[in-house]
Amino acid sequence: MAEALWLTLKLATVSTLWLLLLGTPLAWWLARRRSLATTLVETVVALPLVLPPTVLGFYLLIAFAPQSGFGQAWEALTGHRLAFSFSALVIGSVLYSLPFVVQPLQAAFRQVPDSLLEAAATLGAGPLDRWRSVVLPLCRSSFIAAASLGFAHTVGEFGVVLMIGGNIPGETQVLSIALFDRVEALDFTAAHQLAAGLVLFSLVTLFLLYRSSGRWAVRT
Amino acid sequence: MSEIALRLSLSRGEFSLAVDTRLPGNGVTGIYGASGSGKTSLLSCIAGLLRGEPGTHIQVNGDLLDNEDLCLPPQDRGVAYVFQDARLFPHLDVAGNLDYALRRRRRAGPDTGQVSEWLGLQDLLTRHSAELSRGQQQRVAIARALLSGPRLVLMDEPLANIDTAGRRELLARLARLRRELDVPMIYVSHDMAELAELADHLLVLNHGQVTSEGPLLELSSRLELALSHEEQAAAVVRAEIAEHDPAYGLTRLDFEAQELWVNQLAMPAGTPLRLRLPARDISLCRERPQHTSILNLLATRVTDIESSGASRVLVRLAVGEQFLLARITRKSVDALALRVGESLYAQVKSVALLNDGRHD
Repeated sequence: MAEALWLTLKLATVSTLWLLLLGTPLAWWLARRRSLATTLVETVVALPLVLPPTVLGFYLLIAFAPQSGFGQAWEALTGHRLAFSFSALVIGSVLYSLPFVVQPLQAAFRQVPDSLLEAAATLGAGPLDRWRSVVLPLCRSSFIAAASLGFAHTVGEFGVVLMIGGNIPGETQVLSIALFDRVEALDFTAAHQLAAGLVLFSLVTLFLLYRSSGRWAVRT
Repeated sequence: MSEIALRLSLSRGEFSLAVDTRLPGNGVTGIYGASGSGKTSLLSCIAGLLRGEPGTHIQVNGDLLDNEDLCLPPQDRGVAYVFQDARLFPHLDVAGNLDYALRRRRRAGPDTGQVSEWLGLQDLLTRHSAELSRGQQQRVAIARALLSGPRLVLMDEPLANIDTAGRRELLARLARLRRELDVPMIYVSHDMAELAELADHLLVLNHGQVTSEGPLLELSSRLELALSHEEQAAAVVRAEIAEHDPAYGLTRLDFEAQELWVNQLAMPAGTPLRLRLPARDISLCRERPQHTSILNLLATRVTDIESSGASRVLVRLAVGEQFLLARITRKSVDALALRVGESLYAQVKSVALLNDGRHD
């Protein structure tokens, strides 16, 4: 159980970092441009909100298979097999949680007035400098919200992991899967412990994040 | 090469802007025009926030900012911009806003202490922009612009959203800045009184075209300009303090070897001044009035008479080498049988003192 908890935390942390790394430029692009391409990308990013996770999991399972092009490219590049690995879980989680990170950031970026960016430019700030010195501080609370949503959503993920994870303890068996496993085995004592543990963990995480984002919101 | 060379054109649907001119490379150039005349677009092009059409050429005192081969982005132009809405960074306090400019500047310029004193910010440094009045915000924005070490300062109606008391205060501070700071400034406004206070040179924009341009003192009394036909029309003239009369609390000014009396001033005799004489506050008499409460009476000669609307006439009067404007009714013109070249007395009902101590 400790193994499943550790794995869940690791998956959520790694996924959140990737989500921020990929989601931030994507959200900036979507917020600042308006074209057919942005609408298309916006639609694709939002897909996990409406699709059953098993659908996404199914296609990922096929894509990650050793005989698929993507699976082979991955193996050639990293030397590891992608199917049923921790990396596969991270990719699945990032895709699945992307809208939860991109959408709040996109909304926040739209709120940053062009007028302030212009003022910053006339004071000598280049594009990256403007981003760091104006956009980032103005959107700080949205970054915290986006990160906490991405993190919590990864912790609560089940369908995608079930499809692509393969239920390997220590490698792909996260808390939600372990719980499912115990129930299947009619081990209700362990299931209770896991379920209650997840509830408690989620409560504490969300509480801490909301508290800190509240503090930021007041300060900025 | 002390000049600002501007050649640029821009069109947006119905609107088009075309400017090709050379402005003085020092002092304040006022850009005057109604809203929609292209004043803000012109500033945006100079700052690099808007891109002019091919053929654009912008050069400030020898430094090329924009032409066919090179178009510097705003951050590399060294052109500071004071916007109508102060645009302070809401996540920084006043000191943080000033520091933002200071840390990015690449040219020498005044320090924070100096600029804070000029704009009266000493007590505001730890405040956040949301806690400041509009006038205070604009003072911070001006200070921030100066701290960026600009080669040129652009101001877009910085007094537009400020209450009367705040305007008067800020105007006095700007007048002081123009004396102490050796950086050329382009100041946009639709208020001639404001420009008369600050500008040395004037450029009039109408529907994106330059309709007239020249030294402000010269332009202010020219009849053919739309400027003289507006409600607020006024001549701007030079005078000098002659002597003080403490018994009456008045100061006598020497204006083209004649006298003008104003409320007693604190400056010593010999100080040059700039005065604004509104056209509607000047009345004309054929003979010297004997019994009048009006103190200021000038012997003048009519140089031009021009109709200004249905019932009113604008008369241009020479006093020595300078000119006044008088707006009177057509009925009065006929009653007095006014002709060009005649000598008349002008009664001056109000004299507005513009900022002190400048040399034109």
